[in-house]
Amino acid sequence: MTRFVALRFLQAVTIIFLVATITFVLLQVAPGDPFSVRMEQGGTVSTELLEQHRRNFGLDRPLHEQYVRYLQRLARGDLGISFAERRPAWHAIRDRLPNTLLLAVVALLIDFTIGIGLGVTQGAHPNSRLDDTLSVVSLTLYSIPIFWLGIMLLLVFAVGLDWLPAGGARDAVAYPHLSLLGKIGDRLIHLILPAVTLGLVGAAATARYQRAAMLEVIRQDFVRAARARGLSQRAVLIRHALRNALLPVITIFGLSLPILLSGAVLVETVFSWPGMGKLAVDSIFKRDYFVVSGTAMLSAALVVTGNFVSDTLYFVVDPRTRRQ
Amino acid sequence: MNVLTRRLLSDRRARIGVGMVAALVLLAVVAPVLTPYDPTEQLDLATRQLQPPSPGHPFGTDFFSRDLLSRVLYGGRISLTVAFLSVFLSITVGTLVGWVAGTAGGVVDAMLMRAVDAALAVPRIFLLLVVLALWQDVTVGVLIVILGLTSWFGTSRLVRAEILSLRDREFIAAAQALGTGRARLFLYHLLPNVAAPVIVTATLGMGHIILIEAGLSFLGIGVRPPTPSWGAIIQEGQSLLTSAPWIAIFPGFAIVLTVIAFSLLGDGLRNALDPRSQ
Repeated sequence: MTRFVALRFLQAVTIIFLVATITFVLLQVAPGDPFSVRMEQGGTVSTELLEQHRRNFGLDRPLHEQYVRYLQRLARGDLGISFAERRPAWHAIRDRLPNTLLLAVVALLIDFTIGIGLGVTQGAHPNSRLDDTLSVVSLTLYSIPIFWLGIMLLLVFAVGLDWLPAGGARDAVAYPHLSLLGKIGDRLIHLILPAVTLGLVGAAATARYQRAAMLEVIRQDFVRAARARGLSQRAVLIRHALRNALLPVITIFGLSLPILLSGAVLVETVFSWPGMGKLAVDSIFKRDYFVVSGTAMLSAALVVTGNFVSDTLYFVVDPRTRRQ
Repeated sequence: MNVLTRRLLSDRRARIGVGMVAALVLLAVVAPVLTPYDPTEQLDLATRQLQPPSPGHPFGTDFFSRDLLSRVLYGGRISLTVAFLSVFLSITVGTLVGWVAGTAGGVVDAMLMRAVDAALAVPRIFLLLVVLALWQDVTVGVLIVILGLTSWFGTSRLVRAEILSLRDREFIAAAQALGTGRARLFLYHLLPNVAAPVIVTATLGMGHIILIEAGLSFLGIGVRPPTPSWGAIIQEGQSLLTSAPWIAIFPGFAIVLTVIAFSLLGDGLRNALDPRSQ
């Protein structure tokens, strides 16, 4: 157990180190550095000051020295500076991170509830008409651009029916004057559309995976044995098949994270949700390079942590993985 | 008809996929003949701005009085071209990296595969944001290269695994015993055997890339206006959602249909090329 966890942990750390290296390499091969892209937009700072900035940042040092310095800074948790907000990039990201995590967690709940429901239903009745219909539903869902789905939901529920707010994380005017309960309600109402959008697209992938997992279990001997003992279809499905078919949920959790975080960038932009993804996109237009690279690094760290957790959980839950 | 075509066309969903992809490609090719208007021409700002769908403009017009149907059709040309070229680039790089890793083994293999692990750990859009952040003017050509060079990771893993499983087969050993060179071994013996899964990945990859390109163009960092692209048209449409919802609606359907088409074709090809998967 300890050996397995230690090994996986080491792998996770290696991957984060490599992600940092890739970001460094990208910075080197790109045409321009963080300061020059900054300049082309503003253009009010003198060349001397620009050189001063570059020297302070060590951009005039040899490459290997820059690389070592860069890693040292990262190890201290220094992601660089935000030009636009005039403070460490990490602080800019830190302020938005809770919003993205909240959105992702609620979306994941929706994703799993719908996705597993669909997948299990399909897997329990393979190749039936119901299975075919649901396959078409999940294929369509899988093919919808997430930002367009968001806009369509917005068109129906915010513009057309006027049931839900069109964007933001809370009411800009009324929020400060609401009671605590009112504040929570206001937050939840603003969360519905973005979370449903993000959850629905993820559900399509989850359903595909869950259907395959259910099919695999249902073909096995112990399920046939349960049937042979005369158990009802319901009992076989729920007590025997489902329990085992739900194991891959842990894997899906690991696989879902990158999709969720990528999707969050688009969903946050559609709904003006003040999260990390929207910050990253806004920062591109403000030429705020270190905020962009910081969000990328942080999202990779989240993915790697998620995979580490899901691998470890799987190891604990499924005795078969321990055999080797 | 050869075996593959027959197998592919025996599956109803694959037939639909083939038909849809063929129709989409045809529409993109003949777009100039079909559309009465230039996609970037501002017809008449005074009288033809934000017209709802009508017989003269089946998809309506946009804020600059441009014909939306023409823009969606031309947008299809752009999206399909960008997707095709970047998928081609990505599977070429992926196959080469997978071949090198699978044949070289040892340190080279370990290093390449760990780098692939790391690249896959960064959510796709964030990876693209980092790359695009340092680029000033992203032309369509640059976008194709960037998309292609950030999409080969999965393919390289797949090809490496295939090569590892082929490496010990007798026909490879026989070819090696006959003194076949590395390049020839790859081209005549390994490549034909890894081609099937790579073609499936490429077909499914078309759908993925179209979604990603649309997403980037929607964010305003992919294909730039005035070049029509589905994602960028939807972005224009979002700000006019209350007055002219058709601008955002139609290009979205175009994306959904295209992605479904390539998914059906890809799944069909997988079943036709690999009977075991059924």
